[in-house]
Amino acid sequence: MGLETFKRLKDFYWPYKKYFYWSILTLILVSGITVIYPMVLQFTIDEIIIKGEYSTVPYVAIGFILLMVIKGAATYTHQFYGDLFGIRSVYELRESLYEKLQFLPFDYYDNAKTGDLMSRLTADVEGFRFFLSFGFSQLINFVLIIGFSLSVMFFYSVPLALITLCMMPFLAIVVYKFDKEVHPAFRGIRKSMANLNTKVQENISGINTVKSLSREDFEINKFDTSNEDYKSQYLTTSHIWAKYFPVMELIGNLSVVLLLAYGGYLVIQGNLTAGELVAFFSLVWYIMGPIMNLGFIMNTFSQSKASGERLLEVLDEQFEMEGKDRELETVRFHGEVKFKNVTHRYKNEKKEALKDISFIAKPGQTIGLIGATGSGKTSITQLLSRFYNPESGKIKIDGKPLEDYSLRTIRKNIGTVLQESFLFSSTIKDNISYGNPYAEMDDIINAAKRAQAHDFIMELPDGYDTILGERGLGLSGGQKQRISIARAILIDPTILILDDATSAVDMETEFRIQKALKEVMSDRTTFIIAHRISSLKHADEILVLSNGKVIERGTHEELIHQESGAYRKIYDIQYQDKDKVFQMNGQGV
Amino acid sequence: MQNDQQTKKTPRFKYSSEQVIDKPFNWGQIIRLFQYMKPYSKNLLPKAIIAMMVSTAVRLVVPIFIGVLTFDHAIKNKDTNLLVTLIVAIAGLYLLSWGANTLRIKWMNYLGQYVIYDIRQHLFKHIQRLSHRFFDQRSAGSILVRIINDVNSLQDLFTNGVINVLMDVILLFGIIVIMFIYSPELTLAIMVILPLMFFISTSLRKKIRRSWQVVRIKQAKLNSHLNESIQGIRVTKSYTQEEENMDFFNGVNNETYDSWKTATQQNALFRPFVEMSNAIGTVILLWFGSYLIQGGALDIGVFVTFAFYLGMFWEPISRLGQVYNQLLVGMASSERIFEFLDEKPNVHEKDNAYSFSTIKGEIEFKNVEFSYNADRKALKGIDLTIQGGQTVALVGHTGSGKTTIANLVSRFYDPTSGAVEIDGKDLKDVNLASLREKVSVVLQDTFIFSGTIKENIRFGRPSASDEEVQNAAKAVGAHAFIERLSNGYETEVEERGNVLSVGERQLLSFARALLADPDILILDEATASIDTESEQKIQRALKTLLNGRTAIIIAHRLSTIREADNIVVLDHGEIMEQGSHAELMEAEGIYYHLVVSQFKMLDAI
Repeated sequence: MGLETFKRLKDFYWPYKKYFYWSILTLILVSGITVIYPMVLQFTIDEIIIKGEYSTVPYVAIGFILLMVIKGAATYTHQFYGDLFGIRSVYELRESLYEKLQFLPFDYYDNAKTGDLMSRLTADVEGFRFFLSFGFSQLINFVLIIGFSLSVMFFYSVPLALITLCMMPFLAIVVYKFDKEVHPAFRGIRKSMANLNTKVQENISGINTVKSLSREDFEINKFDTSNEDYKSQYLTTSHIWAKYFPVMELIGNLSVVLLLAYGGYLVIQGNLTAGELVAFFSLVWYIMGPIMNLGFIMNTFSQSKASGERLLEVLDEQFEMEGKDRELETVRFHGEVKFKNVTHRYKNEKKEALKDISFIAKPGQTIGLIGATGSGKTSITQLLSRFYNPESGKIKIDGKPLEDYSLRTIRKNIGTVLQESFLFSSTIKDNISYGNPYAEMDDIINAAKRAQAHDFIMELPDGYDTILGERGLGLSGGQKQRISIARAILIDPTILILDDATSAVDMETEFRIQKALKEVMSDRTTFIIAHRISSLKHADEILVLSNGKVIERGTHEELIHQESGAYRKIYDIQYQDKDKVFQMNGQGV
Repeated sequence: MQNDQQTKKTPRFKYSSEQVIDKPFNWGQIIRLFQYMKPYSKNLLPKAIIAMMVSTAVRLVVPIFIGVLTFDHAIKNKDTNLLVTLIVAIAGLYLLSWGANTLRIKWMNYLGQYVIYDIRQHLFKHIQRLSHRFFDQRSAGSILVRIINDVNSLQDLFTNGVINVLMDVILLFGIIVIMFIYSPELTLAIMVILPLMFFISTSLRKKIRRSWQVVRIKQAKLNSHLNESIQGIRVTKSYTQEEENMDFFNGVNNETYDSWKTATQQNALFRPFVEMSNAIGTVILLWFGSYLIQGGALDIGVFVTFAFYLGMFWEPISRLGQVYNQLLVGMASSERIFEFLDEKPNVHEKDNAYSFSTIKGEIEFKNVEFSYNADRKALKGIDLTIQGGQTVALVGHTGSGKTTIANLVSRFYDPTSGAVEIDGKDLKDVNLASLREKVSVVLQDTFIFSGTIKENIRFGRPSASDEEVQNAAKAVGAHAFIERLSNGYETEVEERGNVLSVGERQLLSFARALLADPDILILDEATASIDTESEQKIQRALKTLLNGRTAIIIAHRLSTIREADNIVVLDHGEIMEQGSHAELMEAEGIYYHLVVSQFKMLDAI
C-alpha cells in the first residue's frame, strides 16, 4: 500500500502520538454512542410505549442525555486532538522544509521552479496534514461505525440485516465508478483554472503592450476561450455528480424500501418488534453514509501519499556543503584572490562554463570581467563565493584554499551585488541592512550615500522607512541597483563583486558610485562585471572572456592597443560615438 | 513554542495583513449581484426550482408514509395489502425524487456556471478598457486576485446558495406544518430547540468563521514569505542570512500554529453543540411523546414520523447558516468586483469621435500640463512641435517627464490642461482605436506572451501572414537567431522563460512594431545591459524601424540621440533646450555639459 512514505515521515508526526491516541480513543466512544441512539428509540417504543411501562421514561431520558453529554465531550476531544495532531506535525514539517530551503545548494535552485516549490510547500503540506488530521481517523471511523451498526442489526434480526445489506454491493460499485470518473474531471477543472490564471496574469502584466498595440479585443477573445473552457470543464464534472449522486441516494432509499417491505412483513408476522424496525431505519444510514464517503477517504489517502513523496523529495536533498552546523566565528580576509587553472561545469550541462581560468587579485586591486552573455563572467564570482565547487583547479584566498574556510567566513567577507537586484518586502532601511541586521542608522545612511541612493530615498514619503515589495512601492531598475549596492557596502566586505550592478544607472550616477567605491575599496579587492567599457576601464586587470576562456587580459591601455583584439572591437563600437560626437565642432575633451 | 530569542527590532520582512472585519449587510449590493441571474430567470432558474420542489416534496412526504401510514395503519391492522401499496408508492416517490435530483443538480450547476462565466467575462472586458492610471495604482497580482479568486468565491453562492435557501426554507416550514397538523402540543414542545439550533448556526459559526479568517491571513503571510525567500535565495546566501531568516520564519510559523489551534478549539465546539441540541429534541420527543401516547393523544406511527423529522431538522438549519456565510463571503468579493466595475476609464472617447484614416504624423503639444497626482506636476507648460517623419529624442533624468510626453501621444492619459494634437486634431476628439492603430509603443521591457515566437511577433497585427511575420523578423535582424532556436518560429516561449536574451527580446518587439506598421512610433530605449554585439544589431534594427515614421524616442544611448532630428532636453517637466546635436553642442548648454561630462567620466577614473 506504500506505507513507506508515511514511515519515512514518521519523525514529524509520531512524537505527537499522544494526540493521535486521544483522538482515536475518543472516536471509539463517539461511534459507540452514535449506535446507541437507535437502540434507545427501540427500547422506548418496545419496552415503554407498547408494554405501557411509562415509569421508566425518566430513567431512559436522563440516561440518554448523560450519554449524549459524554458523546459531546468525546466528539470535542476527538476532533480537537485529531486536528492538533495534523497541525503540530505540519508545524515541524514546515520548520524542516524551511531550513532545507535556506541551506540547499545553488544548483538546486538552478533547476527548481518557484511555482513547483511553492506548491510543495503549500498544497502538499496541506494534503499531508489533511490525512493526519482527518483522513486517518475517518478510515478508522469507517470500520468502527459499520462494525457497530452491523452488530446491532444482526443482534435484532439476522434475515432483515441480510436483506438490508444486499443493496450494499451495488452502492459500492457506484461509488467506485463515480470516484474513477470524478477525479480526472476535477483535475480538468484545476488545469483549466490554472490556465485561466496564467492567461489573466499575462494579460495584466503585459497590459501596456496590449494597450499600446490596441489589442484589447484580441485579448478578450483569448480570455473568452479560457473562460468558456473552465465553464465546460466544470459542467462536465457537475454532470458526473448529477449522474451518480442521485443514484447513490436512490440505492440508499431502495434499501429503505426493502427494509420497510420485509421489515413490515416481519412485524405483521410478529417476528420483529416495531421498535426494532424503527431502529433499522437509522442503522441503515449509518452504513450507507460512510460507504458513500469511502471513495473520498481513500482518495485523501492516496493524495497524501503522493504529497508525502513530493515532500520527501525536498527533504532528501543534500544540504549545502556545511549545512546548518556552520561555525559562527568568522575570519577577516585580506582579500588576495587566486584562481589557478580553474575549470567548471554546471550540473546537467555538457559544456564547460569555465576553462582553465587563472589570475591573481591583490588587496586593493580591481579585476574587470567583460564578455558576451554566457561567456562565464558570473561563474567566476559564483565560484569565489563558493556557491559551487569547481570541477578542477584551485581557488585560494589569502594563500589558503577556499575549502579551508567556512562558508560563513567566505560570504561574510564577500559583498555581492547580483545582476538582478532582488529586494525584499521590507523597509528600505531593512533592505540595506539585510546582510548586517544590527547596523547603526548612521552606517546605513552612509552606505546609501556612497551608493548614490540617499537623495532619492529622502525624496520618498517615508524615507528609509518606505516599504518596498509586494504591496509597497515599486522602484525603478536603477534605484533598485543602488539599494543593492548600499546593501553590499554595509557588510563592509573585503571583496566586493559588482555583477552588472550599474547597468540601469545613468552614466553620471555610475561615475559617482565608482568614485565613492574607489574610496571604500582602496585596500580591498573588487570584481566588476560589465558590458560598458566605462564601467571597468580603470580596473587593474581586465579579463576578456569568451565561451568560458580568457581570450585577452591586461589593463585598459594595453588592451586597446591590440588592434584586432576583442576588447578593442568592443571599445571601437562603444567609442565610435566619441569622435562623431565631437568632430562636428572640432572640439576635443 | 515561544520564540525564545527576544526580538530586538521590528520584523525584518513586512507583508500586508488584512484585518478581520465583518461588513454590515448591504442589501443594495446583494440585489446588484443577483442582477446577474436575470438572463436566466425565465429558463434555468424556474426549471431548477421546480426540480428542487419535487425532490423536497418527496422528502417531506415519505416520513408520513413510513411512520403514520405503515405503523398506525398497515402494521397495526396487519393489512398486508396496504403495506404493499405503500411500498410501491414509496418506491415510486423515490424514483421521482431520483429524476428530480438529477435534473436539479444539473440545472443548478448550469445556472451557477453561466452566472460566474458572465461575471468574469464582464469584469475582464471592463478591465481591458480601463486606462493606464488604473493599472499604475495596482499590482498585477491584486488585479488577478479579483478576476480569479473573488469571482470563484461567488461560485458556491450561485450554484448552491440561492436554490438551497429556497429548498431549506420549504423543508423547514413543511416539517413544522406537518408536525403541527399531527400534534400541535408535541410540535410546540420540540420547537424549543429551534432557537438553540439557530444560535449555533449563526453565532457560534460567526466566531468560528472569524478564527478561520485569522488562520487564512496568517497563512497568506507565511506563503508570501516562502515565495519571497525562494526568489531571494541567492541574496540570502550571498549575505549569509539563513539563520536570521529562520528566526523570522519560526515566528510566522508559530503565529500560524497558534491561530490554527485557536480556530480548531472553537471549531471542535460546533458538532457537540449541534448534537446536544438534537439530543434535547430527542429527549423531549421520548418523554413528552410517550406521555402523550400514554394519554392516548398520539399514536406510535406519529411518534416514529416525528423521530424522522427530528433527524431532518438540523440539515436545513445548518445549510441556512452556511448560506449566510456564503453571502458574507460573496459580499466581500462582490464589493471588490464592483469596485473595479465602477472604475471609469480616465480617458473618455467622445460619441462622435473622429477616426484617423491616413495621417502625416505631425504632433503638437500646446501648453500641456500634466500631473499623475495632485501634489506634483509631471509636465509644466510643454510646447513642442514634431514634424511628420521626424525623429525626436527626449533626454533627461528619471522623473524629468520623458515618459509622460510619450504617454500623452498614445493618449494613455489626458493632459491636465492644454492639448495634444496629431495632424491638427485634438486627441480628445479622436477615436481611440484609430489613434492606437497609428501610434505604436515599443516598451523598454519587452513583454513576451506565452506562445510561439511567431504568435508573439504577430501580436502586432493578428491578421499578418507567416510570410509577413518572417519579413518583419528579417528586417530587424531577428530572423537569424529565431532560425537557430529549436523549433524556429514555432518555438514556445514564456514571460519569464530564459529562451531569449534581453537583446533578443528587444529585437522581437521591434519586429512586432514593424508588423503593426504605425505612422508614429514611440520607443523607450532599453537601459538594461546588453552585450555589445547585440547592441549593434539593435542599433541597425532601429534604423530600419524608424525609416519613414515620426518617432519619439526616450533615449539613453548617445548614438541614438545624436542621430535624432531634434533633441529635447527635459528637466522637472520643462523643456530646457532643443535642437539638433550640432546646434546643441554649439550652444554649450545643458546638453553639451551632459555629453562632455559623460566622456570626461570615462577618462577620469
